[in-house]
Order: sequence, then structure tokens, then C-alpha cells
Amino acid sequence: MRFAVIQFPGSNCDVDLLHAIRDGVGEEAEYVPHTADSLEGFDGVLLPGGFSYGDYLRSGAISRFSNIMSEVSRFAEEGKPVFGTCNGFQILVEAGLLPGALQRNKQLHFICKTTELKVDNNQTKFTSKYQKDEVLTIPIAHGEGSFYCDDDTLADLKANNQIVFTYASDNPNGSIENIAGIINKKGNVLGMMPHPERAIEDLLGSSDGLRFFQSMISNFVKETADV
Amino acid sequence: MYNVKVYVTYKESILDPQGEAVRGAVHRMGFDEIDDIRIGKYFEIKVSKQEERSVEDVIETVCDKLLANVVMETYRYEIEEVKETV
Repeated sequence: MRFAVIQFPGSNCDVDLLHAIRDGVGEEAEYVPHTADSLEGFDGVLLPGGFSYGDYLRSGAISRFSNIMSEVSRFAEEGKPVFGTCNGFQILVEAGLLPGALQRNKQLHFICKTTELKVDNNQTKFTSKYQKDEVLTIPIAHGEGSFYCDDDTLADLKANNQIVFTYASDNPNGSIENIAGIINKKGNVLGMMPHPERAIEDLLGSSDGLRFFQSMISNFVKETADV
Repeated sequence: MYNVKVYVTYKESILDPQGEAVRGAVHRMGFDEIDDIRIGKYFEIKVSKQEERSVEDVIETVCDKLLANVVMETYRYEIEEVKETV
């Protein structure tokens, strides 16, 4: 599979994502600038963490109008894998590809630490190599990661099993229902605040994030082969 | 030409952690009578006259899509027409 890692002005986890794909799971990955207008030749798209456009206005608000975002939306519609971590998650909710919004952390300060993350739904193409309720060690690093949505949206997320990851021990940022990551109804767009790409080898403190990328590769490759 | 002022604030149901922090500081200053502070954003926008679309339509579209995240924020605006001086 060949993945595009989008580089927005202010992205800073693009290298980690590229490394996770190339060296973690041995697939192809290339950087694509936010100014590009085509994702031709790619099978999936990854939106990295960082502070795109300085997080001016709101995190992700300006990036969602980047040139490349119409192609990201096309991938989402066509059922191709779209993954956003941290700022990438913020961009996906601002673009309306995932429901809800990400607010300033309840405690106000930027949090950079290792968290315990629970796999609430392992029946997704991104999480099939995990056990249900398995607790992973994955780092977070964000100032605006408090997930919010209204009651109807929350009921909808629950009814469709769209809550994929929750914080297992303590809620670091004030997210409703401890939500750390969600998926769209169709099951091909996933956004999460934690960074699985920073936990793909023991040298980094944890390799629990590796199976995220392995799940994604094996499920979406299988799908491409079926077509 | 119009001068437009746009105010974006959190919906009342949304906790504003920044406002709470400022309120704490104000209380430490001794102003206990300040019950609540909520922080919002203020925009000054200049819009030229257009035949095809009204200034209200332009402002509301820009607010809905960019200036406010309507999931958690709300907005209001004031429009002032400026006479062109030749």
C-alpha cells in the first residue's frame, strides 16, 4: 500500500508517521504538501500531528480549507483509509469528516505524557489486531484535545460503536466519556488525539501502536485485493 | 462598503476553561463580585458591496464555515454601512 502523509505548515509529526509506515510495517509512504491538488496513486492518507497554521483561530480550522483537503474528502467518500492523529484529528472534525469538536484542555495546559488507552472497539479496520478492552501504552501531546459533542451526537456515536479509544485510567483533558478516538460510520476515517506512531518500537517506550498500523494495512489491503 | 463586527463565543452549555482561569485571577485580585467571565473572539471585517449576494449572507457563511465552530460556539454580528468619500 502507498500512503500520503500530508504536510501542513506547522505539522511536526509527519516524520514519525512516515517512519511508522516505512519502517514499522514496511509499506510505502511519501510526503504530500498541503498545496497539492491530487492524491492520485495513493491508497490511503495520513494527517499528522503538529500545529498547522499555528493553530490560529482554532486547531485545524484553517487547514481544513487547504488545497489537498478536497482530495482527503474524496478518499473518505470512496472508503479509502483516512487517519488523523492529534492535529490531524482536529482537522478531520473541523472538516466535518468526523463528528464533534476538540476544545482546550480542561486544565488549560499542554499535556505531554504516556497514557493508558483502552480499545473500546476492536471490530474496526484500524484495531482488529487488538483485543477488546485491551489497555495500550500510548503517548499524548496536546493542548486542545478535550473531545466535545452534543447529547444526540454522543448517543449516535455509541449506537454505532464509533467510540474506538478511551482513556483507561485518568481523563487527561476533560473529554466527554473519556473519548480519545472515534471512527466514522462507514469505518474508514479514524481520528484520535494519542500518537500510535510514537509507540511502534520498544526503544520509544512502547510498541503498542504498531498493531494499529498492522491492522490498517492487513484490512485495507485485503479489501483492495477483493475488488 | 460595510464595517462588520463579529463576536464568537462558546455556547452557554460549554465550559470555558480559559474564562474560569481568568475569573480565578480576578478573585485573587479581590474582586469577588465578578461572578463569571467567558472569553470569546472578536473580528473586524471590511466588506465591499456586491450585487449578487448580501453582506449578511457573506458574513453568516464565513462564520458558519470558518470563524465559529458551530458544534461548540455561537456568533452574533453588527453591520455598519460606511459612506464612500470621493
